Amino acid sequence: MRRRGFPFTGVGAVLAKEAADYLSGARMWLLEALVFLTAVAAAYAAILSIRANIGESPFLFLRLLTMAQDPLPSFIALLGFLIPLVAIAIGFDAINGEFSRRTLSRVLAQPIYRDALLLGKFLAGLVALAIGLFSLWLLTIGLGLLFLGLAPNTEEMVRMLGFLVATIAYGGVWLAVAFLFSVVFRAPATAALAALGVWLLFSLFWSVVTPLVATLISGPPEGIFGPNLAYLQTTQILDRISPNTLYAEIALALLQPATRALGPVLYSQVQGALLGAPLPAAQSFILVWPQMTGLIAGMIVIFAIAYIVFQRQEIRA
Amino acid sequence: MAEDAVIRAQGLTKRYGATVAVDHVDLDVRAGEIVGILGPNGSGKTTTILMLLGLTEPSEGRAEVAGFDPLRDPLEVKRRVGYLPDSVGFYDTLSARDNLAYTGRLAGLSRREIDQRFTEALARVGLPDVGRDRVATFSRGMRQRLGLAEVLMKRPSIAILDEPTATLDPHSTQEFLGMIRGLKADGTAVLLSSHHLDQVQSVCDRVALFNRGRIALWGSVTELAHRVLGGGYVIDVEGRGAGVRNQLAALPGVVRVQELGPELYRVDCERDLRAEIARRLAPSIDLLGIRFAEPSLNEVYTRYFDEVRDAA
Repeated sequence: MRRRGFPFTGVGAVLAKEAADYLSGARMWLLEALVFLTAVAAAYAAILSIRANIGESPFLFLRLLTMAQDPLPSFIALLGFLIPLVAIAIGFDAINGEFSRRTLSRVLAQPIYRDALLLGKFLAGLVALAIGLFSLWLLTIGLGLLFLGLAPNTEEMVRMLGFLVATIAYGGVWLAVAFLFSVVFRAPATAALAALGVWLLFSLFWSVVTPLVATLISGPPEGIFGPNLAYLQTTQILDRISPNTLYAEIALALLQPATRALGPVLYSQVQGALLGAPLPAAQSFILVWPQMTGLIAGMIVIFAIAYIVFQRQEIRA
Repeated sequence: MAEDAVIRAQGLTKRYGATVAVDHVDLDVRAGEIVGILGPNGSGKTTTILMLLGLTEPSEGRAEVAGFDPLRDPLEVKRRVGYLPDSVGFYDTLSARDNLAYTGRLAGLSRREIDQRFTEALARVGLPDVGRDRVATFSRGMRQRLGLAEVLMKRPSIAILDEPTATLDPHSTQEFLGMIRGLKADGTAVLLSSHHLDQVQSVCDRVALFNRGRIALWGSVTELAHRVLGGGYVIDVEGRGAGVRNQLAALPGVVRVQELGPELYRVDCERDLRAEIARRLAPSIDLLGIRFAEPSLNEVYTRYFDEVRDAA
C-alpha cells in the first residue's frame, strides 16, 4: 500500500538540529582542531619552500596544496588521510546512537517518515563537513596571501574550488560508510570499528591487495614482450574501487595542471604532445570527470544501501 | 465497535517469520476514555501500539486511528497522537526546551506555538523551572514528566503511554496518574500499557488483557472479574465468632469465600447478598462490618494466568 504524505517532511528540522549538534559537539571540535593544525602546518611548510623557489611555477597557490616538506606530508595527502576519520567520527553513531539513547521511537512518533530522519542526518553531516573544509580552504588561501604576497589567479581559484568539491564528495563517501554501519550495527563502538576497518583496508592494504588480485585475473605484470597491459588495466580498475585512489587522481589532475592522463599511457598517445605544458582547467575537469562522478555515485549507492536497511528495521527503542 | 471510537483495530496481526507477535486483535477506544492494556512481557502490547502509530506494518487486519489508516496515512495519525514510550530517551546534551522544541518543529509547530505550549506543558507536569536545564541532570521521574510534557505540547486527541510509571517512585506515580486523569478530563483518549495493575485499575475505564498476541479478556474491571472470578459481586465481611467462613459458604448464591485476615472474609457472590448475609449471620456471630469490595484487577490477572497455566 502506498503511503500518503511527502516522505521528506521534517528534513529541514532534522538537518538544523543535527548540523548544530555536529558543529558544536566536542568530538567535532577536537577533530577539526587536529585537521586545521596539521593542514595549516603542512601549508606553512610548503609556503617556506615555495618562497625559496618563487619563480619556478605559474601555479604557486596550487603548489601550496601539493608540495611536501619533510617531515610533513603535503596538504592534500593529509586531507586524504584525515577526512575519512572526521567523516567516520561524525557518522558512526548517527542511527544506533538514537537506538541506544532510546530517542528513535520518540522522534519517529512525530509526523515524519524515517526517510526524513536518515536523509536529514546525512545532509547535516555533509553540511558540517563542508563548513569545516570550506573554512580550511579559506584559511589556506589566507595563509598564501599573507606569506606569499600574491593573490591566486582565476585558473587557480577554479581548480581549488573543484578540489574543494571533490574533497566534500570524498568525505561524503566515508560519511555514507559510517552511516551504513551505524544502521547495521546496534553498538556504536562496533560500527566505528567496522568503518575504521574499511578505511584501513583502503588506506593501507588496498595497494597490496590489488597487484595480487590483478595477477590472479590477468597474469603477471611482465609478459614475454614487455609490460602486461591487461595486468595494468586490471590493477587500475581494482585501484579505482578505493575512494582514496579516486580522490588522489582528482587531486593530481586538478592541482598539477601538467597532468595529462590518469593511467597507463601508450607511446602513440603522447606523440605531438607538449610534455610539461599545463592543461586548461576545463580539460583537467574533463580528465577527472569519471573520478568525480565515481565518488558521488559511490556516496549515493552506499547511502542508498543504508537507507534500504534502515527502512526494513523494527523501531522498538 | 463503538460509533465514537477514535481507535479501532480489526483483526490486527503481526508476524515475524513463523512467530505471531499479535494475533487478530480487535480493539476500540472512545474519545475521553482511558483503556489499559495489560499482559506479560512479549504478549504483543508494544507491537500493537507500534502498529497503531504506523511505526510497524501489520501483516494482516486494519486499524483506524483518529479517522486515519496508520499504514496509509501515518503522518496524519502521528499529528494527532502523542506517544510516550517506555523508558523515554532524550538528547542529554540539550536543554529540556531544546529537546521539546526539536520534536515540536518535527510536529510542524511554529516557534511561537512551541514557546507558548512548552511553558504551559512544563507547568502542567510540575517542572516549571527546568526549561533551560540540560536533560543530563534530570532524574528518571523528571524525564518521564518531560516525556508527558512533550505529549501535552502536541495537544493530541489520543495519547498512547507505554509503561509510563515503570521507573517512578510511589509519590511520583500518584502525581503521574493524576496527570493521566487530567488528559481524560481534556477529552483525550488514553491507551495505557502497564504492568502495575493497581494503577491501571485506578485510572482505566476498560482493560484489555493480552496473552500470546491475543486479547484474552476485554471490558471493565467489574466485567472481567465477573468472567474470571465467577461472581458479579464481591463483598467484604468483618465478623467475630465460630464458623463464620462455613456459614458464609453455605449461603445460596455464594461462589467462593476467602479469609483475608483473622476476622475479615471476602465473599464472591452471584448477586448482592449483603442483606442476606446480615440476616443469617447477625444472630450467631458479632458482625462488625459488611460492604462491597472492589474486584481487584490483580486478582483477576493472577487467577486468569493461573487458569491458563493449569490448562496447559
